[in-house]
Amino acid sequence: MKIVIVGCGRVGASTAELWDAAGHEVIVLDIVTRAFERLPSSFGGTAVRGDGTDEDVLRRAGAEGADVLVAMTEGDNRNVMSAQLAVEALGIPRVIAKINDPVRAMAYAELGIATLCRTGLMVDAMNAQLGFPPSGLPTLLTASGHHKTGAHADDAHTHAPDGADEASAASRAAVEA
Amino acid sequence: MFVLVVGGGKVGYYLAKELIDSGHEVALMEKDATRARQITDEIGSIVIAHDGCEGKYLGEAGCNRADVVAAVTGDDEDNLVICQMAKHHFDVPRTIARVNNPKNEPLFRHLGVDELVSPTRMILGSIEQDIPVHELLHLAALGEGELEIIEAHLQAGSPAIGKSPNQLDMPEGCSLFAVVRDGKASPLRPDSVLREGDKVIAIGKQECEVLLHGQLIGDPEAVTVG
Repeated sequence: MKIVIVGCGRVGASTAELWDAAGHEVIVLDIVTRAFERLPSSFGGTAVRGDGTDEDVLRRAGAEGADVLVAMTEGDNRNVMSAQLAVEALGIPRVIAKINDPVRAMAYAELGIATLCRTGLMVDAMNAQLGFPPSGLPTLLTASGHHKTGAHADDAHTHAPDGADEASAASRAAVEA
Repeated sequence: MFVLVVGGGKVGYYLAKELIDSGHEVALMEKDATRARQITDEIGSIVIAHDGCEGKYLGEAGCNRADVVAAVTGDDEDNLVICQMAKHHFDVPRTIARVNNPKNEPLFRHLGVDELVSPTRMILGSIEQDIPVHELLHLAALGEGELEIIEAHLQAGSPAIGKSPNQLDMPEGCSLFAVVRDGKASPLRPDSVLREGDKVIAIGKQECEVLLHGQLIGDPEAVTVG
């Protein structure tokens, strides 16, 4: 699979290494070049310095046509925006965004993005270790809804590639304007 | 009206101040404690010194009863999340976002932000207005961005010179409504005769642009440059 990883921190670098070794086509982005030092010398994927919340940067990095995008930066909102750009502008079918704020993690799962909440994951890992009951905080949530309630939203979601064309056409028009 | 402003930079600060002066109820969220204190000292205790992107604090700031949420931080991703949380989690009827990267506008619109303000685009628009070009100039987008207000500067070689609007073959859904001549604007009547140097203001769909260009500016090769 072609996988885009936004943010080359410990999690980003670990998954990049693992998935590259497993034979996937991996593209990893970070705004700091030094972050790529976390990648092993054996890494055979692409490392691109750039902002994963910028549509142009994502396209230039080769994110078009990717099967998966995971947004793993330290910023919840950057992850949200990167994931939404991936879905809406690039038509990437599967995205996961790390969102450490439990409220936002739940809200965005309802808005159609799979979310990974470190807060819930760690709290419940400790609870399990200590024999306490689970917290009820979100951990890994699969996408359960749409970003919009309007009728148009259905079209955009059932025909993801069309939605992407529309979004990029609108984007081009906006640039011309 | 109760307006929740998120982001206490210059924009948020002056916005809150003006809104208070106009008699609105305002709450301002600013996560930087020092900046929050500074604003409190200057305009009173309307400041919530917390991150407006965090669901918990948005709730505490009374987001669920806000009539308007204005997200005016310097970061597009924060402004997007604030508006989406306000819209979908707190049912706020009207959300306004500051957008720095003009390319983010379609995404923000698509994701349900009600109104966008882009300082970058506004400045870009001002600059373009001062540069003489043989092209159509986009003045504003209306509604969902389907309609545009466009200015065409008629220069030598324009097929519209000497003609009146009713002699021009206008694309459907597009109309010429005003003319600026010698710095004065006047409504454009069907029989007004257009002259060189006129600026014609049109409103129409984006798709009409090519036809409009042909009618008002002319064939690109036929235009004398200079």
